[in-house]
Amino acid sequence: MTPPADQKLDASGNRSASQLPGPRAGADAVALLHRPVFLDLMRIQMPVGALTSIGHRISGVVLVASVPIAIYLLGLSLRDETGFSQVTALFTRFAVKAAALVMVWALAQHVLGGVRHLLTDFEIGSPLRVARRTAWFVNLAGVAVALIAAGVLW
Amino acid sequence: MRTRFTGLKAWWVQRVSAVYMLLFVLFVLYSFASQPMRAFPQWHAWMARPVTSVAFLAFFAALLGHMWVGMRDVLLDYARPVALRQVLLFAWAFGLLGLGLWLLWILLRLQG
Repeated sequence: MTPPADQKLDASGNRSASQLPGPRAGADAVALLHRPVFLDLMRIQMPVGALTSIGHRISGVVLVASVPIAIYLLGLSLRDETGFSQVTALFTRFAVKAAALVMVWALAQHVLGGVRHLLTDFEIGSPLRVARRTAWFVNLAGVAVALIAAGVLW
Repeated sequence: MRTRFTGLKAWWVQRVSAVYMLLFVLFVLYSFASQPMRAFPQWHAWMARPVTSVAFLAFFAALLGHMWVGMRDVLLDYARPVALRQVLLFAWAFGLLGLGLWLLWILLRLQG
């Protein structure tokens, strides 16, 4: 039961057992090295914090994608009267409203999740029970803000 | 370029920009709620005010910094092999530069 001599990455890209720190880096580490990998996302039941975490990332990418569009609309709306009314006219279309709705959800989810991260930096809300509760709050409030936006848009 | 926005500095850029953008969003929401801008002259005049323009300028700077750190993290996690990741990071830096110039142009045009 000795760890392999080489320091290469194992098949799943993790550091080999001999690099793991701590006094327990013996038999436990070898077991870790040969642990099964199960990544069927459809069958893994993620804890609510994981959903908040991946939600933060997905909403961030959605926001990145919407920034160029937002800049374009900002510039157009500030160009002249015609540009301004073109932008306001766009928001009467269903597809544009739907896209705006996705963007508002992404913004709400990202901002709320971000505030949760910032509070965690100050060690507020770190215990698991509280962290799970705030994760639920972020996920539900993100959807709630989107529903309010839908009410305003339609 | 890589030595400037990585590590602890990136961590700070992400957090300081986040706090500023949060305050900025509240400021914009408050402004829109207190005086809905339904016509071009009103909208243009509000944007051209020095306070608004400076607040927007700082927001765009914070946004671009935040977008750099966030997408850098995403690319570091998913973009492989490393050569492709480097190309994408470089392209992203250029893309952000372009967005920054575009925003600067919009703000400068406001001032007439």
